[in-house]
Amino acid sequence: MHHFPKATNLFLSIIYVAAPFALFLCVAPQAQAQDKPYFVTYSQDLEEPGNLEIETKSSTGKPDGGNRYGASAVEFEYGTRAWWTTEFYLDGQTTAGDSTVFTGFRIENRIRPLLGEHWINPVLYVEYENISGADKTVLEVEGHDDASDLAASNADGGANHQHEAELKLILSSNVRGWNISENFIGSKVLGHDPWEFGYAVGAARPLRLMGSGRACTFCAEKFMAGVEAYGGLGDTWSLTTGDTSHYIAPLLGWQLPKNVRLSFSPGFGLTSVSLERVYRFGLAYEFEQVGKMFRGGAR
Amino acid sequence: MKRLWRAEVLLMGVALCAQAADAPKWVSAPAKEHARANPVAGRADAAAAGKLLYGDHCAQCHREDALGDQKVHPSLRTERVRTATDGDLEWFLRQGDLRHGMPSWASLPAAQRWQIVAYLRSLPPEK
Repeated sequence: MHHFPKATNLFLSIIYVAAPFALFLCVAPQAQAQDKPYFVTYSQDLEEPGNLEIETKSSTGKPDGGNRYGASAVEFEYGTRAWWTTEFYLDGQTTAGDSTVFTGFRIENRIRPLLGEHWINPVLYVEYENISGADKTVLEVEGHDDASDLAASNADGGANHQHEAELKLILSSNVRGWNISENFIGSKVLGHDPWEFGYAVGAARPLRLMGSGRACTFCAEKFMAGVEAYGGLGDTWSLTTGDTSHYIAPLLGWQLPKNVRLSFSPGFGLTSVSLERVYRFGLAYEFEQVGKMFRGGAR
Repeated sequence: MKRLWRAEVLLMGVALCAQAADAPKWVSAPAKEHARANPVAGRADAAAAGKLLYGDHCAQCHREDALGDQKVHPSLRTERVRTATDGDLEWFLRQGDLRHGMPSWASLPAAQRWQIVAYLRSLPPEK
């Protein structure tokens, strides 16, 4: 983990947020996915084969007894096959009065074992994480994770480096324009640690189901609204929901022209050990048919 | 004689399998889906909306003119597509053909899939 002097924190924070924006603005071919505005929940949607989506998922919050932080995960999502998506994440955060740190990386794969569309569509998710305890992206809540984890100093959190495996069963359905998704999470720090469990559920829908027939930016069909809930379910050493964090978060997504997608979600803690509020912002850009550069086109 | 008969059966089996592999996936659409009518069929506004949706979601692979790349991504203006029913095409958009690289577009609302089908119907046949 790299600690930067406090004097450079502001500059690094600006660079951290601005760099992906600059990258998005430098390129401009046309392609749009109908992505859901979920931050924590996964649906059955996979990346189109050969496409690369780069997304920043940023969050900010202020734990009791700690300083306000801003955390961001930069996600590279590639459609390896129509039934298989690979992702790579880089995580980092900056904490007021503390430092800006790179907190690690994640590699994940999502696979659809059933190749047809069904009432409920399962997706298998496998992830390896190499992250430090200073990570504050909170892309999932597991076990007895609580807000005090986010209050630790970067030096203390960073000293606790973890190699973690995570499995998810994603179940997802599309019904009358709604997407309804449920995720069951099991994760384990590689070593003598218990399995931790968690969940995420979400529902989202475009504001208008029919295409308007106009090339527009503010049409209702370009917006998606929804809600997601997520939390911890204890671990194998203490399989109880006592002292677990749970959140509910309304969602809003906006598909902009030129492949850009914005999303926003204020999250509200539901238990005494949850963070009171967490605000999330997402910015995504999709590069079409990147796979063609390397071979004749992904399948 | 018996050997010749076996060889003929084997060859017939191989030919049938090859034909099945070559057949579009929508030939296996359930009868109910096959018979479904497009609720926006014949509407110019639906085809216009479908054109925009096609540009957003389909053109990156099948090209703006829907003629495909003649390699991995097929033309959508062939006789085979034109003779499929609207129900077949909507079902195929919803199911995709993940094994062969066609994603499922179940994430799009059904109304938008029907608009894309209406647009495909408005395209001239391949020359």
